[in-house]
Amino acid sequence: MTEESKTYAYFLGCITPNRYPGIEAGTKKILKEFGIETKEMMGASCCPAPGVFGSFDMHTWLPVAARNLTIAEEMDLEIVVTCNGCYGSLQEADHLLKEHPKLREKTNEILGKFGREFKGTTEVHHSIVVLHDVIGLDRLKEQIKKPMNDVNVAVHYGCHFLKPREVRGHGSSETPYILEDLMKVTGAKTPEYKDKLMCCGAGGGNRTADSVQSLEWMRQKLVSAIEAGCDCMVHPCAFCHLQLDRGQAEMEQAFGVFFNFPILFATQFLGLAMGLSQKELGLDNQTTTMPDKLLK
Amino acid sequence: MGTLYEDIVAHGGEVFGEEHMETLRECVQCGKCTGSCPSGRNTALRTRKLFQMALVDLREEIFNAPELWFCSTCYTCYERCPKGVKTTDIIRTIRNLAAKEGHMSVPHRMIGVYVLKTGHAVPIGADQMKLREAVGLESQPPTTQKYKEQLEQVQTIFRTTGYDAMIDFDWDAMNLKGMEKKGGKK
Repeated sequence: MTEESKTYAYFLGCITPNRYPGIEAGTKKILKEFGIETKEMMGASCCPAPGVFGSFDMHTWLPVAARNLTIAEEMDLEIVVTCNGCYGSLQEADHLLKEHPKLREKTNEILGKFGREFKGTTEVHHSIVVLHDVIGLDRLKEQIKKPMNDVNVAVHYGCHFLKPREVRGHGSSETPYILEDLMKVTGAKTPEYKDKLMCCGAGGGNRTADSVQSLEWMRQKLVSAIEAGCDCMVHPCAFCHLQLDRGQAEMEQAFGVFFNFPILFATQFLGLAMGLSQKELGLDNQTTTMPDKLLK
Repeated sequence: MGTLYEDIVAHGGEVFGEEHMETLRECVQCGKCTGSCPSGRNTALRTRKLFQMALVDLREEIFNAPELWFCSTCYTCYERCPKGVKTTDIIRTIRNLAAKEGHMSVPHRMIGVYVLKTGHAVPIGADQMKLREAVGLESQPPTTQKYKEQLEQVQTIFRTTGYDAMIDFDWDAMNLKGMEKKGGKK
C-alpha cells in the first residue's frame, strides 16, 4: 500500500450496513478525519460468508466473492472492510485467484456471462490495519480528546482476522497485538482473560444450526472477560458484533440472564475517545448500553 | 464417486489445490485439534474422530453426524496442527460433499434463499433503514438489494453452479420447494 492511496473502496457486506450502520458511519468519519476517503461499491452483494457459503458450496462461494472483487477493480481502488467475514472471503478469494491460474480461468468463465472479469488488480485490507499501519499510532494519539485511562478493554479478535495466517499475514494468531496497540493509544488497558482468543461462537453456520449452544459458547467468553475485570469488549468484526451484542438479548431468553456487557467495534471505541457522540456511532441503538465510564 | 478421501481431494482440490487437501493423510490422530476446539468444549464435535472417519471411508456416518455442522471455522486447529493438516478447509469440503448429497438443514438452506432474493445473507428492512438515517447515512446502501440488474448477476452465478437446485429453490415462489417434506432432514 502506498502513502498516496488515500481512497478505498468500502466493501460494506451485510451486517455493517443492514444491522449496525453505526459501524459504517463511525469508520467513515474516523478515516475521513485522517484524510482517507471511502467510496461505496455499487452493486456489491454478500461477501459471501466464508464459513457458511464456503461450507455449503465453495464453487459458488468463490465466483460470488470474485464478482465483488471485480467491482473494486473497476473502481481502480483497493478494498477496506469492517467485518472479519468479509475480510475472510474477499482476501481468501483474491489470494486463491491470484495463486491458481486454472481456477481464475474457470471463475472468469462464470463472471463473463455478465461481462465481468477478475484481473487481480486490487487488494483487500481490514479497516483496523489501515488505522494501525497507514494512519499510524502516533497520528491516532494526537486526536484522542477523551482518554480512556481508567477503562479495561477485553479485546476480541474474532477468527478470520488472524487466521489462516498464510493468507492474512498479521503474524502470530496466538500473540496478536494490533487491537491492543489501538486500545493503548486511547489510554485504555487490555487485561489478559482466559478465553481471549476464543471464537464468538457464531461462525460456520453454527449460530444458525444451533443457536443455544452457540450462545453458551459466547456466554463462557463473556464470563471470562467479566471475571478479568473488563468494562467492555472491543473487536474488529460486524458478525461478531451481531453475536456478542444481539446475542446478549437472545442469551437472556435462553438462559434468563442479561449481562449488558458493552460491545463496541474498534472504530466505535476510538470514535468515543476522539470525541464523537454515542449517537453518531449508533451505540445508543443496540442491545448493550454504554456505561458512563465510556461516555464521560 | 470414489472413496470419501478421493472425493475430498477432488472437490476441495479444485479450489485449494490437491496438495492442500492431501494433508488429510498426514493426520497422526494426536488430538491437538480436538484439544484446541472451542466447539468440542461444548458439543460432540471431535475433529480427530471426523478425520479418522473420513480416512476409513465412513461416508454415510460422517454425512449424518450432526456435529459435522458444529465447527465454527475458527481455524484454531488449522494453525496448531503439528502435521500441517489443513483442517478447516477439509471440514468445509466434507460439508460441501454432504450438502451435495442432500444433508443440509432448512435454516442453512434458507440463507441461500435470502441471498437469491436480495444478494444478502442478512438483508435490510424498514426498521434498519431508520437506524441508518439516525447515524446520517442514506436509508438504503447501494448494494444488490437496491439494484435489480446487479442482483441478477448473483442469481446467474447460483444458477450456473447449481446452488439453486442443491437447496431445492423454487424460482416462481422465490422460496424453498416442499419445505414440509424436507423439514426434518439434516
